[in-house]
Amino acid sequence: MSSVCFYFQVHQPYRVKKYRFFDIGKDHNYFNDNSETSLNNSRIMERVSRKAYLPTNKLLLELLNRHPEFKISFSFSGIYLDQLEKEFPEVLESFQKLVATGRAEVLGETYYHSLSFLYSPSEFKAQVLAHKKKIQKLFSVTPKVFRNTELIYNNDLAQAVEKMGYVGILAEGADRILEWRSPNFLYQPKGTQKIKLLLKNYRLSDDIAFRFSEKSWKDYPLTAEKFSHWVSSHNGNGEVMNLFMDYETFGEHQWEDSGIFKFLEALPEHILSHPDNDFVTPSESCARYSPKGELDFNDFVSWADEERDLSAWRSNPLQNDALEQIYALENEVISTKNKALIEDWRRLQTSDHFYYMCTKWFADGDVHKYFNPYESPYDAFISYMNVLHDIKLRVQELCVPLREGRTQKSIK
Amino acid sequence: MFGWEFPPHYSGGLGVACEGLANGMVECGASIVFVLPKRMPVNPSRMRLVFADDDKTEISLIKYKIIPSPLSPYASSASYLEEMKKNTLIETKIYGGTLAEEVLRYASRASRIAQEEEYDIIHSHDWLTFLAGIEAKKISGKPLFVHVHATEYDRTGGGNFNEFVYAIEKEGMEKADKIIAISQYTKDIIIKYYGIDPEKIEIVHNGIEMFKECVDMGKQKLHSLKESGNHIVLFLGRFTIQKGPDYFLAMARRVLEYMPKTIFVMAGSGDMERMLVSRSAELGISEKVVFTGFLREKERDEVYAMADIFVVPSVSEPFGLTVLESMDRGAPVLVSKQSGVSEIVQNVLKVNFWDIEEMSDKVIAVLKYGALKNQLKNYARQEAKSHSWHKAAQKCLEIFGKYC
Repeated sequence: MSSVCFYFQVHQPYRVKKYRFFDIGKDHNYFNDNSETSLNNSRIMERVSRKAYLPTNKLLLELLNRHPEFKISFSFSGIYLDQLEKEFPEVLESFQKLVATGRAEVLGETYYHSLSFLYSPSEFKAQVLAHKKKIQKLFSVTPKVFRNTELIYNNDLAQAVEKMGYVGILAEGADRILEWRSPNFLYQPKGTQKIKLLLKNYRLSDDIAFRFSEKSWKDYPLTAEKFSHWVSSHNGNGEVMNLFMDYETFGEHQWEDSGIFKFLEALPEHILSHPDNDFVTPSESCARYSPKGELDFNDFVSWADEERDLSAWRSNPLQNDALEQIYALENEVISTKNKALIEDWRRLQTSDHFYYMCTKWFADGDVHKYFNPYESPYDAFISYMNVLHDIKLRVQELCVPLREGRTQKSIK
Repeated sequence: MFGWEFPPHYSGGLGVACEGLANGMVECGASIVFVLPKRMPVNPSRMRLVFADDDKTEISLIKYKIIPSPLSPYASSASYLEEMKKNTLIETKIYGGTLAEEVLRYASRASRIAQEEEYDIIHSHDWLTFLAGIEAKKISGKPLFVHVHATEYDRTGGGNFNEFVYAIEKEGMEKADKIIAISQYTKDIIIKYYGIDPEKIEIVHNGIEMFKECVDMGKQKLHSLKESGNHIVLFLGRFTIQKGPDYFLAMARRVLEYMPKTIFVMAGSGDMERMLVSRSAELGISEKVVFTGFLREKERDEVYAMADIFVVPSVSEPFGLTVLESMDRGAPVLVSKQSGVSEIVQNVLKVNFWDIEEMSDKVIAVLKYGALKNQLKNYARQEAKSHSWHKAAQKCLEIFGKYC
């Protein structure tokens, strides 16, 4: 049997607007850019909804109705869902319809699409729990399989997530970990008892997500027939093909005129035309297949860039400084019990902010540049640090009256 | 090569560029007859020693031919007349009475050299030498390359073009076999304002001479200001409209509202100097603005090393060599987007010259956020290494190669 397991990541950050030093202490709205630039979050949500989310959801619902064997899964960041609830209810409804079919599983992640696991176990847990509640509220389901931000993963994460009750966890099928092994089986994370590891087949996934419209690629144009043939050819030496990708692949990264929707529309039929193929969701995969061995991820692996490590978010001093400073505020911010402040502080943990500060692409790739709404990584850092400055001031303002109150009492 | 005087006697980027390119070409195996104007000193004994009319000095493979002339790369009609007024009777007899006359006289002297020497190509740097290049081409029939470092558009900030200068620039560009522009920015200006076919223009970005010696911080005059906890924000360049020193002062006033312990160093000289001094008084920031006068190479390296940030608010900057210098010498850079250099460097901050709020915000960010300052410093130093004069010279020679 060869099962295909689709997982789509659905996320949009709250990008920080151009926030100047002069705004500190005066303006606490960090995410409300209303310009014509790509810092305008509503504008981006509107565009991507129109080009990608709505048409893809419509298509997937048709496909689920047409093929009872077709299955998919999603992971939504909490802040993505917040943005839908606030401004795009019709998009949220279309996702709810998909989930209501019972054949679109929803995975667990951190509410703020954050790197909190790298910095604060308590913050990580709080965000996973908040996310779980959000999914229960909006979709009436409880996530059973976990995927961490950008598929960042190591042994410790698997162990922590197992303790939180998840039956499966997703990771990148990086060659340096797999070596001779195939990503098309389930594995046992080192140091765990029950939780199962699902690995992304990055060749097949990236054929769709990155290479689909690349005319210089030897397999261009990619057809559903060709792709299904590749999938079927794994029969006998693999149990599950994990196709993990950003949901924006359909309509935003690969535009409609590339033929991506036609490809997606024809894919289930072609996959299912081979009698030994079917579709599974991640939790079904965990229930059906047994691990083929233990895998040891000592170092962190992610699905970002060629390096597949943490370098997209943590490879220069700016990124490290910003990350250390935001997490250093944890105790103070939480102790204020001020909801608005805590929310802003958490939104600032979203991994995208640090991705925008990456300078790796100066030397090579241009993927970062494409996804960077700031003119330069330095500009991203400056706005971010100015905002952080304002957060610190707010913390002080909330703490000072408290301290004064106490002193007065003790004087009495 | 019709070029300009080398450091340490130059004033500005053109001399540096000529030196960098000439040395780079020699490294690549070319030999050069370098023709340059040089001011005849009043003292006749010194004249004979160094600056004789037919002085031939041979250093490595560069043969220098000096034409006595008071021309300087940044001369304007007014500044030329003023210069001539200061001069003695002897000088006025030799030189042209106006800048126009002197440029024509220089071209005719150049044509004499062009007859005597042997060469395969002619390489002229900026308008003052274009006529000389055209003359040489007429005589020898050899291909002419005009190297455009700055245009009248840059010098006037897009304002009143001097018709005489503009006409020579245009003639040079039209009669040249190929134009070498020092940036895409300059190429665009040549296309837009001089009506030249884009196909005729090649881009060769400038390079940088790596800094070798260590700077002794103890010697600096500004050292004590820095010691007492002041930040140093640097402007370095001619005080002309083109370089945007007035925008620098506007930014200074804004930054001082938030960072009172900051000193704004204005290194340079030029026709706007008096205006800038009074402007800083009007803005109420004169005690925070230090004018150093024109700085020589070593002194400049010292102020780069001392500055917390170097700001280049140019209104129109064909390239901006000082940006590469500063990147190499260790001061983080904020450069206007209206510059050629901003096309090729990544580890600097960029801003539109008119956007004072943005400029001030970025200056404050560098002063406030240590991680930003350090990364700009360290990454820029690495990046500067990739822009060498050797590379620029090689590219010129490749262009020439198609013609001989």
